[in-house]
Amino acid sequence: MSTAQTIPAESRLNYLNSSYGIRSWLLTTDHKRIGLLYLATITFMFMIGGIAATLMRIHLVEPQGALVEPETYNRLFSIHGIVMVFFFLVPSIPATLGNFLIPIMIGAKDVAFPKLNLLSWYIFVTGCSLALYAVIAGGVDTGWTFYTPYSSTYAHTNVLAAALGIFIAGFSSILTGLNFVVTIHKMRAPGMTWFRLPLFIWSLYATSLIFILGTPVIAITIFLLALERIFHAGIFDPALGGDPLLFQHMFWFYSHPAVYIMILPGMGVVSELIAAFARKRIFGYAFVAFSSLAIAVISFIVWGHHMFVTGQSVYAGLIFSVLSFLVAIPSAVKVFNWTATLYKASISYQAPMLYALGFIGLFTMGGLTGLFLAALATDVHLNGTYFIVAHFHYIMVGGALMAYFGGLHYWWPKITGRMYPDYWARIAAAIVFIGFNLTFFPQFVMGYLGMPRRYAVYPAEFHVLNVLSSAGASILAIGYAIPMVYLIWSMRYGPPAGPNPWGAKGLEWTIPSPPPTENFEETPIVTEEAYNYAGSEGHHG
Amino acid sequence: MEFSFEFMTGLIQLGWSVAAAAWFPPVHPPTASSIAESVDQLHYFLTAITLFFTVLIFAVIFYFMVKYRRRSPDEIPPETEEHLPLEIAWTVIPALICVVIFVWASSLYVRNARPPAASAQIYVIGKQWMWHIQHPEGPREINELHVPVGVPVQLTMTSQDVIHDFYIPAFRVKKDVLPGRYSTLWFEPTEVGTYHLYCAQYCGALHSQMIGWVYVMSQSDYAAWLAKQTENESMAQLGQRLFTQLGCSDCHISEGTGRGPSLVGLYGKSEKLKSGESREVDEGLIREAIVNPNSVNLPNYPPIMPTYKGQVSEEQVLQLIAYVKSLGARERTDGK
Repeated sequence: MSTAQTIPAESRLNYLNSSYGIRSWLLTTDHKRIGLLYLATITFMFMIGGIAATLMRIHLVEPQGALVEPETYNRLFSIHGIVMVFFFLVPSIPATLGNFLIPIMIGAKDVAFPKLNLLSWYIFVTGCSLALYAVIAGGVDTGWTFYTPYSSTYAHTNVLAAALGIFIAGFSSILTGLNFVVTIHKMRAPGMTWFRLPLFIWSLYATSLIFILGTPVIAITIFLLALERIFHAGIFDPALGGDPLLFQHMFWFYSHPAVYIMILPGMGVVSELIAAFARKRIFGYAFVAFSSLAIAVISFIVWGHHMFVTGQSVYAGLIFSVLSFLVAIPSAVKVFNWTATLYKASISYQAPMLYALGFIGLFTMGGLTGLFLAALATDVHLNGTYFIVAHFHYIMVGGALMAYFGGLHYWWPKITGRMYPDYWARIAAAIVFIGFNLTFFPQFVMGYLGMPRRYAVYPAEFHVLNVLSSAGASILAIGYAIPMVYLIWSMRYGPPAGPNPWGAKGLEWTIPSPPPTENFEETPIVTEEAYNYAGSEGHHG
Repeated sequence: MEFSFEFMTGLIQLGWSVAAAAWFPPVHPPTASSIAESVDQLHYFLTAITLFFTVLIFAVIFYFMVKYRRRSPDEIPPETEEHLPLEIAWTVIPALICVVIFVWASSLYVRNARPPAASAQIYVIGKQWMWHIQHPEGPREINELHVPVGVPVQLTMTSQDVIHDFYIPAFRVKKDVLPGRYSTLWFEPTEVGTYHLYCAQYCGALHSQMIGWVYVMSQSDYAAWLAKQTENESMAQLGQRLFTQLGCSDCHISEGTGRGPSLVGLYGKSEKLKSGESREVDEGLIREAIVNPNSVNLPNYPPIMPTYKGQVSEEQVLQLIAYVKSLGARERTDGK
């Protein structure tokens, strides 16, 4: 299978040097270049969201608030949430790594609809611009959840601009999901059967289904919110005859599945990393693959667990509670299978593997603390406190973001053709791990002690825990800054990577780094299972 | 020592957690209500489950990392074997644990959802950014709630503007306070003391200052506190005055001879509406009858009642309700 020669990147035509100039990027239909356009865009958005988080943590060093007025603090956490959820985490792995890798991993020359793919990016950038406009024009202070009637009637900030940004970016998600589903169905190379697909593809397939089925609901919700805010339609505001909880039902009908949009691709990345650095097929391939689909399906019927204390009926609470426990089980199955993959493996500890192992640990904690919130009696106490904040940051930062960084480090040599210094990468991974835990572990304690979230000032008894959390955040910020430096450095000065620096299996490692524009000179014919490190020819899975 | 970073960070994390536990005495919030300890027991059980699986996963990963570290660059490990019994085990065991947690948490929740029949009633109005508390005996408070120890208290709550949330961590209770409807919350304080009261649903600029204190007093201190308050008219008395001032009494004549139904003994009864729907006359229905009377027309009366929306404040609506309740108090206590 590996037929590519180790030719220095400079002397060979590839997708990066096949054409030059701004136009060649802005009008590209190459899925790899579009992946990089997304990478640049979401990295910028990540920095905006990160700056907001940094300012928040500095502010919270003092119980009375060290930095800004409460009104400003409210804008900071709203911007942080909106940008990080809708403009970073949702598109992060699918739109960057997914765009770059899906066609290559299944042996295709591009996605099914390359022009639509470029359109998705333009739509996304339009959404980002509107959100940034909302920030520059004075901010928005509704939180990323936009609860009515505060957002529809009472807020005096740029609710509409921010909401419209999310509405527009949603279409980019829908088109990307559609593109991926069609690509995975129709463009697989000969011999690439469903059960030979890398687990990353399975996870992105499940994610794409949520993109297509869930995103229209947030679009409808935002549309109704706009009707209410502009025309006082009386949909959500009880003073106009509406129902304020209707908004929450609709919002969480999308936004809970959106949590899985953020974590499922991360699970896919981690499956790839563990297989590569343990040199082993993932234990229970079929269970890991189908657990992704199970999560995608069940995620649509658990939204009510966000509403246990809204006064929804006891029976609704019971049903949403049992369904929420149900969605925990496929996640547990994945964790056990990843761990079992390490048994009798040959494990090396380059930076991507450190991120993957960090992911397993932090995701386990994030998942288990979710049980406290699916359980009705404990949720009543913990809902709306820092316990929730800690829980979902363990999933979204400890999970999704660790996986994104791990994936970026793993495929960086393929994307750029260059190696980064693994020593620094491992140090950064360790710093992220320490900083992350120091930032968010104290928040579990704060929440259990009763500190509500979204508080610009707080009682003095929470001072020590908040200082610890802020100290952790500063370590975390260093951990994120280091990769920015050495990854950019490596693009020019890194040693050439060669086609397969990790000795990994998978079609992407059979072609040169960086890949040629058409990915494969000849359509590959797949004759073996994914992760066939043992070189067996038998049929599996 | 290729695994040293992961190992070190693990040790640091462990050490830090232990140190954190030792340095910070408040490992749990005050337990001051009849349900607090039972919620804590579940919380500790869940903490134990979390610790067990986190430690298990970390330990197994560390063990494999050391034992199966790559020993030569071209080492190829043996093929992964499928193992169905193992897959079934780690699907079924977590599922069983989830069933235990679900049953435990739900039975506790259902038990806690229903207030005891003889609960004392207190009324709460949330508005940006303060809590108005009204006692039936008359006293009003802002951002303070005085309650007697050992007596179940039911709060009937509404919001004048956006969604708020009434949260007393020491009691382990929390409930959203919504505009346009009543929600209820109950607790039975078990420890005399002063406890935090928070708004736990983001409600705008000064959300973090929509806080206050709950004073749990001995029953004699509470009686003394009540007697000391200057508002000596009860909510029902205030409601009765309003009832006359607003002209309600012109139609709702107690003998039942007016253009509207008599309200005597109405509270707590089930009434068949013109729409065919049967509804219990509770706080919510009375509120609806005042602000949106056409939605609760009765079959034998002409739909002529005007809306009082905008003419009465949420506070006054509660006073009117207290008055209507006082007219039917006997029936209610006899019936239940």
